Amino acid sequence: MYRYDAYDQTLVDERVNQFRDQMDRYLAGKLGEEEFRPVRLQNGLYIQRHAPMLRIAIPYGMLSSEQLRALAAITRRYDRGYGHFTTRQNLQLNWPALEDVPEILADLAKVQMHAIQTSGNCIRNTTSDQFAGIAKDEVVDPRPWCELIRQWSTLHPEFAYLPRKFKIAVTGATDDRAAIHVHDIGLRLWLDDAGELRVRVLAGGGMGRTPMIGEVVREDLPWQHLLTYLEAIVRVYNQFGRRDNKFKARIKILVKALGVEEFTRRVEAEWAHLKDGSQTLNEAAVEAARVHFPEPARRPVDEAAIAEYERLRQDNRAFARFVTNNVMDHKVPGYKAVTLSLKRREAAPGDITADQMDAVAELAERYGFGELRVTHEQNLVLSDVPVDEIETLWQKLDALGMANPTVGTLNDIICCPGGDFCSLANAVSIPIAQAIQERFEDLDYLYDLGPIDLNISGCMNACGHHHVGNIGILGVDKKGEEYYQISLGGNADDDVSLGKILGPSFYREDVPGVIDKVLQVYVEKRLDDERFLDTYRRVGHQAFKERVYA
Amino acid sequence: MPESDTSLEAREVVTTRAPLIKLGQRVEDTWVLSRDTETLPDSRPAIVPLSLWQVRSDDAELAPWLPSDTELTPALAATLEQAALVAIDFPAFTDGRGYTLARLLRERFGYAGEIRAIGDVLIDQLYYMSRCGFDALALREDQDIEAALRALTAFSVSYQPAVDLHEPLFARRLREYRAG
Repeated sequence: MYRYDAYDQTLVDERVNQFRDQMDRYLAGKLGEEEFRPVRLQNGLYIQRHAPMLRIAIPYGMLSSEQLRALAAITRRYDRGYGHFTTRQNLQLNWPALEDVPEILADLAKVQMHAIQTSGNCIRNTTSDQFAGIAKDEVVDPRPWCELIRQWSTLHPEFAYLPRKFKIAVTGATDDRAAIHVHDIGLRLWLDDAGELRVRVLAGGGMGRTPMIGEVVREDLPWQHLLTYLEAIVRVYNQFGRRDNKFKARIKILVKALGVEEFTRRVEAEWAHLKDGSQTLNEAAVEAARVHFPEPARRPVDEAAIAEYERLRQDNRAFARFVTNNVMDHKVPGYKAVTLSLKRREAAPGDITADQMDAVAELAERYGFGELRVTHEQNLVLSDVPVDEIETLWQKLDALGMANPTVGTLNDIICCPGGDFCSLANAVSIPIAQAIQERFEDLDYLYDLGPIDLNISGCMNACGHHHVGNIGILGVDKKGEEYYQISLGGNADDDVSLGKILGPSFYREDVPGVIDKVLQVYVEKRLDDERFLDTYRRVGHQAFKERVYA
Repeated sequence: MPESDTSLEAREVVTTRAPLIKLGQRVEDTWVLSRDTETLPDSRPAIVPLSLWQVRSDDAELAPWLPSDTELTPALAATLEQAALVAIDFPAFTDGRGYTLARLLRERFGYAGEIRAIGDVLIDQLYYMSRCGFDALALREDQDIEAALRALTAFSVSYQPAVDLHEPLFARRLREYRAG
C-alpha cells in the first residue's frame, strides 16, 4: 500500500500543528464556534449528541496491521476501547474528548494517518473497490489512481469551501463495488481497443434528500488528463453550485438544473484552459504511484492444497457456509479474499473493539501480508489468503466473533450510527438493525433468501445508503416521534436503481414484521433462484405494497 | 439648487479600513473601502463596487471590488487590467467562490496587480487565499494579526500547483528522483 515519503509526512505533521493552534485559539475563546466549525470538520471532528466524534480517514479503504494496532491504542487511550467503520471506508471514534483531538491526530500522523477532509464542504476521502488489485473481474487496479486523486484533493487551496460535501469513487472492475453511480463524481477505469487506459467520468450522482444517479460527462477521457478534468468539474461546481439552500447545494442539483449537456459544455470549456497544464499525468508519475501497490510475495499453493480445501468444504457444513458467504474468489489460483464480518447482534454494524483490532492486526500479518481493506458494507477484508490456511483463519475469526457466515445476506446490514450517537439523526438506526438481525437469524432461511442488501439511515443524509438498499429503511421524525419509512428496489451496483418508498411510515416495533411480509412476497413470487431485486423488478411495487398495508 | 441634490450630497458614504497584510507583511493601508453601490465616497484612493468603478475606470484613485458571484468573463477581465488593485469580496468565510475568482484572474487572465481579499477574511483561510493569488488580505476587524501572519506559513509543502507554485508534487518528486 501507499507509504508516505518525507513530503507526505511533513504535510500531515504541519496539519497537526495547524490544528493544535486552532484548537488552542478555540479553547481560549479567540476562535468563535461558527468559525471553528469548518476548521474542525475538515479535521474530522464533529460535535455530537453525547460527545465529539472523530472520523479518521482510511484512504480508499487500505489499512496496514501497524495502523490498525495504532488505532486500537488510540481507542483505548482516548476513547472507550472501540471504533466504528463507516460506509465510506473510514473509522469513527464516538467518545473522544475535544481537547484530546490534536494529540489523537499527532498519534495518527506517526502511522501515516490523518482525519483531513473526512467532513466539511470539501473533497472527501476517495473510496474504491475493496477487492482492488485481486478481483478476477478487474481491468485496471484503481488504487494508484485513487492515490493520485488523494494527493490532488488533499488541502486543495481552491476547493476547501465548496457549496457542499464532495465525494469521489473509483472502480476498475467489471462489477462496480464502489457505487460510482451515486457519488458526486464516479470514475470507471477501462481499456480501449488499443489497450490504452480511459476514464468514464460520471457526475451528479448522490444520495441524501434528493437521490440521483450520476450522468456520464465524459466517456473516454485519456488517463493523462484525469486530474485536470477533475479540477474543471469541481471548479464549475464551486462557481455555479447553489449556496442559498443547503439541501440544493450538492453537484447533483446543479447537473440536474443545467441539464447534463450544458453542465458538460461548461466543464469542457473550463477544461480547455486546464488541459495539458502542469497537472497532466505522464507514465512516470503513474508508475511512481503504481509501485506502491505491488503484487505481494505469494508462495505457490499446489493442486493438492486446493483439493484439500475443497474437501474440507464438502465435509464441514459450518466451514462451507463461511466459504460460500465470506470468501471471495481471487485472480491468483490458490488464493482467496476473506471478509471479516463486523455484523453481530451484540454490537452495532461496523463496530470493532480494540482487542479485536489487535487480534485482526495479528491475523493480517499471519495470513494477509500485513494489509487489510475496509469495505463500504462496514466489514474488513484480508485480501490474500492461501486456501490451505483458510480453515485455521476461519476458526480464529470464529473465536473473535468475526466469522458470521452472513456476508451479502439480509443480516449483513449497512447502518449509520443513528440517533444513539449522531446529532443529525431523526431516529435511532442501530436498534432497528439489531431487531432485524434477531428476527432473521436462522441461517438456512437467510441463505434461502439469497443476496439482499438491507440499508438503514437515521436521517435524510443517507449515511446508511438506504436509497440503494434492495430494502431501505429511513428514520423520519414526525412531531418529535420516530417513524421508519421503507423503500424497495434500490441497488448500488452497475444496474443501479433508487429505492421506491413503499407507503406511509411505521412504528419502530413494527419494522421487523413489515420486513417479514416483504420477504414473504418475495419467497412466494420468485422464480427458481431469482434474487430479491430481480423478483421485485419483475413483479413490481404493488404486490409488496398490498401485502404490507393489507 | 433643488433640495434633493443637497440632501444627496450631505449623505456621508461610509468607508472602512481593515488591518492589512500585503505580501506576507503587516502594512498600513492607504485605500478605503466603500460598499455603497450608489454614491462614490469622498476619500481617495477608494475601493468601490464594481458597477461604480466601471463608469469611472480611468480614475487611478479608484479600484473595484467584485462580489463573490461575479462571472469573470474575458470582457470583464480586460477592463480590470487597468485597475491598480482588484478586491474580491468574501460575504461569508464559507463562500469559496472567491478562491476560484482569484485564480482565474491571475492564471487565466494574467492580472498582475494587487488582488485583495475583503469581507469575512479570517486567519484560518489565509493560507489557501495566498495560494490562490491573493497578495493582499484585508482582515476582518477582530482578527489577531500575529496569528494571521503565522497562519500564512503553516505549510511548507503542497500537493497541487496553484498561483504560488507551478509544479505539482508528483512532478517535483520525479525531477528530484532523476537528479539523484
